[in-house]
Amino acid sequence: MAPDSPEQAVELTPDGTLTSEALREELLKAYPKKSRRKREKQFIINEKTVNEDGTVTLPQIGANTRTIPGILTQRGCTYAGCKGVILGPTRDIVNITHGPIGCGYYSWLTRRNQTSAPSDDHENYMTYCFSTDMQDENIIFGGEKKLAAAIQEAYDIFQPKAIAVFSTCPVGLIGDDVHQVAKDMKEKLGINIFGFSCEGYKGVSQSAGHHIANNQVFKHVVGTDNTPRSKFSINLLGEYNIGGDAFVLEDLLERCGIELVSTFSGNSTYDQFANAHMANLNAVMCHRSINYVADMIEKKYGTPWIKVNFIGAKSTAKSLRKIGEYFADEKLMEQIEKVISEEYPAVFEAQKQYKPKLEGKRVMLFVGGSRAHHYQDLFGELGMKTVAAGYEFAHRDDYEGRDVIPDIKIDADSRNIEELHVDADPDMYDSDKVRDKWAKEEKGYSFAEYDGMMTQMAEKALVIDDINHYESEELIKRVKPDLFCAGIKEKYVVQKMGVPCKQLHSYDYGGPYAGFRGAIEFYKDIDRLVNAKVWKMIKAPWDE
Amino acid sequence: MRKVAIYGKGGIGKSTTTQNTVAALAEMGKKVMVVGCDPKADSTRLLLGGLAQKSVLDTIRDEGEDIELDDIRRDGFGSCKCVESGGPEPGVGCAGRGIITSINMLEQLGAYDESEELDYAFYDVLGDVVCGGFAMPIRQGKAQEIYIVCSGEMMAMYAANNICKGIMKFAESGGVRLGGLICNSRNVDNESEMIQEFAKRLGTQMIHFVPRDNDVQRAEIRKMTVIDWNPEAPQADEYRTLDRNIDNNELFVIPKPLEIEELESLLLEYGLLEAA
Repeated sequence: MAPDSPEQAVELTPDGTLTSEALREELLKAYPKKSRRKREKQFIINEKTVNEDGTVTLPQIGANTRTIPGILTQRGCTYAGCKGVILGPTRDIVNITHGPIGCGYYSWLTRRNQTSAPSDDHENYMTYCFSTDMQDENIIFGGEKKLAAAIQEAYDIFQPKAIAVFSTCPVGLIGDDVHQVAKDMKEKLGINIFGFSCEGYKGVSQSAGHHIANNQVFKHVVGTDNTPRSKFSINLLGEYNIGGDAFVLEDLLERCGIELVSTFSGNSTYDQFANAHMANLNAVMCHRSINYVADMIEKKYGTPWIKVNFIGAKSTAKSLRKIGEYFADEKLMEQIEKVISEEYPAVFEAQKQYKPKLEGKRVMLFVGGSRAHHYQDLFGELGMKTVAAGYEFAHRDDYEGRDVIPDIKIDADSRNIEELHVDADPDMYDSDKVRDKWAKEEKGYSFAEYDGMMTQMAEKALVIDDINHYESEELIKRVKPDLFCAGIKEKYVVQKMGVPCKQLHSYDYGGPYAGFRGAIEFYKDIDRLVNAKVWKMIKAPWDE
Repeated sequence: MRKVAIYGKGGIGKSTTTQNTVAALAEMGKKVMVVGCDPKADSTRLLLGGLAQKSVLDTIRDEGEDIELDDIRRDGFGSCKCVESGGPEPGVGCAGRGIITSINMLEQLGAYDESEELDYAFYDVLGDVVCGGFAMPIRQGKAQEIYIVCSGEMMAMYAANNICKGIMKFAESGGVRLGGLICNSRNVDNESEMIQEFAKRLGTQMIHFVPRDNDVQRAEIRKMTVIDWNPEAPQADEYRTLDRNIDNNELFVIPKPLEIEELESLLLEYGLLEAA
């Protein structure tokens, strides 16, 4: 069930006549000079060079740079990344959008991140939409008083544990000090209140919002509850419970005997964040959106992190084993093997059923900051070929691996986002953990390692960062892939062209797709989508 | 109706000059409206005999959008109409957005309609044109002529030159023109000559040299314009002359702002003349 063999050259079309070079040149030709120069760096061919020592050098990709205006990008804004992605899935923090009503309303319950409170009596504010509803008057005279009143009102009604305040564009323009208001109200009300300077325009994409969210959650919440956790305790970072993924993983980890202290942030609660530093290992799923928290926890508390992936049955098994290996406990590892062997027969059964119907089909994935990578594993299990892929908001390390981090040029846009300075906590820093980490590294166990998407992709596959509508449409016209994966903004444009489109942000109406059970669910949904007869009926009879 | 905007460096005497000018025009029998575009709302104090005006923005805030022209406009000296845009307290909100909102409100309420039979509308705008909001009075369809209040002091001339850059931008897209510099004297050496030369190089004129006279402050203490407090004072005549010049002005230009080097050499040339 290997994913696309990275050595084998990609075949864009079944007849093999279209080369990646020709296709790239054709597409770039349409751009004006300056736009072309920019897109050239972001639209590359995965040509790997094998060095004498056996290591592989990947081509360099342009990523995390400003989008050319008017190009119809897939990207979202910084506010969306902060409020929608990272804090959105936490159910018991009251999230107040400080801004005009549209920002709050249109970011309300749009990501299919599910949650499951133990009972109806438990707090769950996800179904609410809190906004300060700024008017012209608040822009002119300032919105701080209205924000303070909104916090008070939310507190009076709900008495939540915590309130978070999100800045929208106009707040940054008029200079409302959300942090001061949060601080004052925190003192007044005695609950945790914190703000985010996540104005929509602040970064080149939602990625800036993830970073800002990481910073503030780390600064204001993580480390406020020192309740000890068990030996085999972990945090799952960068898992957002789309379509119920987290429920599958929670069940899986529990059966393995691994204690999940917190998830950032699928199906999460405030208390989990507060206690996250007491876990013994951080397992990172979406590297792009959450590696900052993993790094900061390691610096402050000494807890190491590893990269995992629970998308795809094989990756799930591998990730579970990697966690087991970290704790190096015979019984735990046995239990993990037991769970894997319980789960795998059904996976094999499903693969037997669906693979013959999907094998050899060509896929394109343009989504997220890790999803375009992770889902290649699932497609690989079905024998499907990834011919082109790219991220919406990732950075170079997500494509080329973390080794390139020292070489990433820090531009003005990245400097605009605060980089927290974190020191080891004098009381809580666990030196034993660090020594243990070093010992494990000696034995070849890899921490804080991520090789990126390109390593795994086929030779000469197309890698396209921040793809736009023009490029998507031309790719579809010329390559006619069997499946295109993107989000809601692309879905219907793609389907009108006769190509099925799977949304990997929201999973359409499906999911969960994580873990073993999720993989089976995914095979089934992909078969149903790709092999539907409707795609042959797109043309009107009179156009035949 | 002529719509006039008065710009100039902060503290140069824009509001004082504007109000004395408006008072003199009113005395001449002209129907004038003055719109204060400063968040401090002190552009009509001398015409109203104190800070008695409720600003447009405060009114909108208190009454909602349902307001009448009379709620935000009061009669001042010589039946001139006084309006204060108002704005937030220092350090909060967005004063620029406030000006945009209040001028739009005035237009919607028909403050500039022909039925008002105004001869002049004056905009008294906060010192530096720091953002789009403060350029609102000279956007297309608003003020057509601008006078810049300045003195022979270096920073005042810098500011005037900078304002000319702003005017240039709006003059090209709209119809706004520079009508001249009003020299509000600070008793600088060779002040009149220097400002005349400065004006010439900008492609405009010094429309009047208003000498420094403490009668202005004496009147101000009494919350009055000079015209109102002592119509016989020589300074009152200066404002009358300024008014006649503005009333008869036919020189409206797109200014040609100076390069900094040129401006500095001008200062050097005239500043050192006396010293030599």
